[in-house]
Amino acid sequence: MLAYVVRRLLWLIPVLFVVAAITFTLMHMVPGGPWDRAKRLPPQAQANVERKYGLDKPAWRQFSDYMIQLAQGDLGVSYQQLNRPVRAIIWDGAKTSGTLGLIALAVAIFAGIGLGLLAALRQNTVLDYLSVTFATFGASVPAFVLGMLLLILFSAYLHWLPTGGWGTWRQAVMPVTALSVLPTAYIARVTRAAMLEVLQQDYIRTARSKGLRENVVVLRHLVRNGLIPVLTVLGPVAAALVTGSFIIEYLFDIPGIGRYFVTSISARDYGMIMGTTLFYTTVVVVANLIVDILYAVVDPRIRYN
Amino acid sequence: MAEAMPGAEALREAIELPQRYRSLWGDAARRFSRNRTAMLGLIVILILATMAALAPVIQRHDPTFQNYSSLRESPNGEFWLGTDLLGRDQWSRLVHGARISLSVGVLTEAVALTIGMIVGLTAALGGRGLDNLMMRVTDIAYAFPDLLMLILLLSIFGPSFLMIFFAIGLVSWPTLARLIRGQILSLQQRDFVLAARAMGASRLRIVVTHLLPNTLGPVIVAAVFGIPFAIFAEAALAFIGLGLPPPTPSWGRLVTDGYSAIRSSPHLVLFSTLAIAITMMSFTFIGDGLRDALDPRTR
Repeated sequence: MLAYVVRRLLWLIPVLFVVAAITFTLMHMVPGGPWDRAKRLPPQAQANVERKYGLDKPAWRQFSDYMIQLAQGDLGVSYQQLNRPVRAIIWDGAKTSGTLGLIALAVAIFAGIGLGLLAALRQNTVLDYLSVTFATFGASVPAFVLGMLLLILFSAYLHWLPTGGWGTWRQAVMPVTALSVLPTAYIARVTRAAMLEVLQQDYIRTARSKGLRENVVVLRHLVRNGLIPVLTVLGPVAAALVTGSFIIEYLFDIPGIGRYFVTSISARDYGMIMGTTLFYTTVVVVANLIVDILYAVVDPRIRYN
Repeated sequence: MAEAMPGAEALREAIELPQRYRSLWGDAARRFSRNRTAMLGLIVILILATMAALAPVIQRHDPTFQNYSSLRESPNGEFWLGTDLLGRDQWSRLVHGARISLSVGVLTEAVALTIGMIVGLTAALGGRGLDNLMMRVTDIAYAFPDLLMLILLLSIFGPSFLMIFFAIGLVSWPTLARLIRGQILSLQQRDFVLAARAMGASRLRIVVTHLLPNTLGPVIVAAVFGIPFAIFAEAALAFIGLGLPPPTPSWGRLVTDGYSAIRSSPHLVLFSTLAIAITMMSFTFIGDGLRDALDPRTR
């Protein structure tokens, strides 16, 4: 198991290298440079800033310098934020984005599994139909469209909630709701289907017939087995929450990493572009790894060698 | 011997069941048509497609004409869905936008399907070395954050119509490639493939008549579920300033323009987001219906 985790983490290195190479190539293909202004810099000043940031060197040299820096954990400095280290900017943004994403993920997991389990245990009752209806509609409206509809209703018409910003719970309600409805619906659907399948298994009947209390049957036998397919979708869901949050950050004016990424491309802030892309890639790979480890925890039949 | 045949005759009659022969697709079509939400989705999409095709006929005004004597009107008899900040008729812009959103959705999936098919098939059929190579490429493409790749590509090549669906297709293929590879690998273990091989069918024949048709179901379902993502991606890109350049009335553009006027005329953003939500929902319903219809186990 440990060897497996280590191998998967080592696999992250070539992935990051290739992603870095692709991003580096693409971002240098974007026309224009970081110091192009309506009013051009004097040629000498231009040459000076370029030398200062190593942009006068050939492209391969810039890339290898960057990779050597990266290996030492240094992501360089941002051009647009007065030489602030990229690592510090990403860390600040990640705290905000991470908080938003994790709250939304927690809501989605608890509400989704709860709703799906309840629907499966009360199959073909009003409760079941309500939860299926919610899951069907909720799973097809993206966060950003939902966010807009919430804004219209609660900010533009009712004036109950602020349109944007970050820091108070009132500012968090709409972005968290917008982000979590889709994964909640999705998780509820998968949970309901998985639980219904497990409910038909012989071991559930055995557990009941040997006189186990219903909550023991549900928690020990049903939930533990029924959660495996749910875990499968958690990886993509977590990754989508992290990367998907950036349109929501833009919409609700939340100072997370997503916003920096969008502005850094238009500013040709090379260090920021590389840093945020590599950061997101790491998050996606690690999220998938965590899910794979969770499989082995929940299902003893799965072993990694 | 002939006297012993009546029993065999009865047996043969019993084997030739009275019901009609059901092909996979005929059966799927029948089960799809019994699925009410799926049919609702299909009808909505057909209506939208008709509206998109007839956009120049059913438009009430020129969608790009800026009528300065009717700025920011609320919905009324002349302007069914109101007008925007520049006095353009929202209804006309919406029906023209349907053309763009629907074609982005469908064409994008065509691009994604082509790449996914090539990569998935090469991986599954090309032997160990190619499989490893292709799957590592897919892993990396999968790990690369979608929206970031889109933003980079569109910043480089500019947001033209062709580029938008090419770029979205370019980030959507890894899921399809993985699915196709997985399907083919598991089908190769099945008895009917073994039987075909034992009867001396060539490799090409096995691929074309046994493997490909059987992967088609799940692949179509996955492709249909990809359409809403493409429509969403176009809207999201427009929202961060990388959509089709104005005055092209794509739905993403309408949402973006509406958002900037959300306080004074919330109806602008309302109608365009509803259009996007309804379209995405309809495609999801169709995808759900297809999945149930094409999976024989859910019968």
